[in-house]
Amino acid sequence: MSKLNTYMDGPDEDGHFGLFGGRYVAETLMPLILEVERAYDEAKVDDAFQAELNGYLKNYVGRPSPLYFAERLTNKLATKSGGARIYFKREDLNHTGAHKVNNCMGQILLARKMGKNRVIAETGAGMHGVATATVCALFDIPCTIYMGTTDIDRQAPNVSRMEMLGAEIVPVTSGTGTLKDAMNDALRDWVANVETTYYLIGTVAGPHPYPAMVRDFQSIIGEETRAQIMEQEGRLPDSLIACIGGGSNALGLFYPFLDDDVRIIAVEASGEGIETGKHAASLNAGAPGVLHGNRTFLLQNDDGQIIDAHSVSAGLDYPGIGPEHAWLHDIGRAEYVSITDQEAIEAFQTCTRLEGIIPALESAHAIAHTIKIAGDLPKDHIMVLNMSGRGDKDMDSITAYLERNNP
Amino acid sequence: MIGSARIAKRFADLKAQGRTGLVAFTTAGDPNLDVSSAILNQLPEAGADIIELGMPFSDPMADGPAIQASSQRALDNGASMIRTLDMVRGFRDNDSDTPIILMGYFNPIYIYGVEKFVTDAAAAGVDGFIIVDLPPEEAEMRDPVEQAGLSFIYLTAPTTDDQRLPTVVEHASGFVYYVSVTGITGTKSAATQDIESALERLRRHTDLPIAVGFGIKTPEQAAAIGQHAEAVVVGSAFVNQIAENLNPDGSAQDGCTEAVLDLVRDISRGLTA
Repeated sequence: MSKLNTYMDGPDEDGHFGLFGGRYVAETLMPLILEVERAYDEAKVDDAFQAELNGYLKNYVGRPSPLYFAERLTNKLATKSGGARIYFKREDLNHTGAHKVNNCMGQILLARKMGKNRVIAETGAGMHGVATATVCALFDIPCTIYMGTTDIDRQAPNVSRMEMLGAEIVPVTSGTGTLKDAMNDALRDWVANVETTYYLIGTVAGPHPYPAMVRDFQSIIGEETRAQIMEQEGRLPDSLIACIGGGSNALGLFYPFLDDDVRIIAVEASGEGIETGKHAASLNAGAPGVLHGNRTFLLQNDDGQIIDAHSVSAGLDYPGIGPEHAWLHDIGRAEYVSITDQEAIEAFQTCTRLEGIIPALESAHAIAHTIKIAGDLPKDHIMVLNMSGRGDKDMDSITAYLERNNP
Repeated sequence: MIGSARIAKRFADLKAQGRTGLVAFTTAGDPNLDVSSAILNQLPEAGADIIELGMPFSDPMADGPAIQASSQRALDNGASMIRTLDMVRGFRDNDSDTPIILMGYFNPIYIYGVEKFVTDAAAAGVDGFIIVDLPPEEAEMRDPVEQAGLSFIYLTAPTTDDQRLPTVVEHASGFVYYVSVTGITGTKSAATQDIESALERLRRHTDLPIAVGFGIKTPEQAAAIGQHAEAVVVGSAFVNQIAENLNPDGSAQDGCTEAVLDLVRDISRGLTA
């Protein structure tokens, strides 16, 4: 691992994390991107803004989320000689059922500060769409959510929730009708309505300042974890683990620990297996490229055309990853592993039965890797897993998967 | 004469003839490589003064449904960066006067290798580039393009204010492309008087010729806007001619090429009149 004085001072002023990041957008958007950057720079150091945000996080979102010792999972994975102590950071207990709302609350306050009167967003699993629709309802701002038709089919409960909250859902049919295609169409909407509209990006990707801004709004996950583990164990954890699609829940947990002696593991979705080509493992099987406003690792062919991702989990079904993850991967500060659909489904069932917690299929990828490695870790090893969301939305997908694969 | 010089010569000739130029867009490989080459090679005699050749990309974020579909047709039928350059090479066998600008997104160029691509493009007969997602802040193609004697053409938009315009036009060469609407290609159209005032503003910052594009679909619109600019860019309207002349299986009907060229002729005549 290369040693820097700090891993926490990125990005540079042009939005680069090493080779990655940047602002690869059409000129029409560029002035607005710069405006978002200025507004966010002001908000960061504005005590009134931060106090308002913290008030909503506490009383509306329900923060801090608990840090829960998963005793039965810990015992099940323990071996004679070892087995890590596993904690869940319960982002699934937030209002709207996932970590996404942390970022939405921050960005909606920013949109209001900027005087924007319309919000758009993309969504994959629908959790970011639900969180966006929720904060827009709260502040009475019209919102339009772009969602691929494949995802609309497999996350029907979230579509109903968004509609009930008053959001307009625009089905996206291009490509495979998943998150990448939804993001393309959200960008097209933004270009056409740039004066009035705020684009509320849901993950640590897109043009600068979004990757850094979303990371900052999600970092409350890691900051709370730090205080909570000190209270419960009297020391920092030995390892952190989280799933990654774009990577916002993972970076939210990891970022406050980047300069500590803590092992960091992020879990990509390898779908039906990397060897089959049907996966979403952009760091393990992709190459650097430029898409959606930033340079990062992408699934693509030799001609630079983007390849569609595949995962049973709609929230991980994206052919790229946030640029800061690409950089952390490049310098070796974090480990990026992968878990298949089948492994995630099995972990989903294990967690549900053992702990009485129904995890999101996304989070189940992190659980699956924890199940793989926990037994080989020493007895006093403390591991914190980000339970990024709850799995109510996934019932149809899981039932269909089990019928298809385990008849 | 190649690159920036070929573009400058074309604008000088247009000026001498008192004409507004027509920049005609077509996607390389749409609907397939053969028909696309036939269209490309006949564009000049139909009245295209400059050709903007689209490099197909899987995720064309600044383009509307017409050009998205056209990129997808091309990719489905074997288009690639190498074949796009082959088409330019074939075109140059018979035409050394009409500038060709490659338009597209950065990723396929990045994967090809920026310097290698610029070198190969120059050798094939390309004169300039419009790369939608490379604003002046991301300048990694600028030096290789300048060194090769080609033009990097910058876009300016209605949102590009007076404070920002100097940054955008500082390194511009060839011409400046004014995106006349805030939006994607082939959708809404701007009012002529808005364009007129926007161009007045733009001319305070640059002496380069200005081409106006986005939302120009008919000979009448082209003629009206052409009063105020050195050139107009028409794209989606030509691409739509292709889409409307395909068989259900995606192959081109007999009249496909002519349908595109007829519209080029109509718009070109409107500009000359």
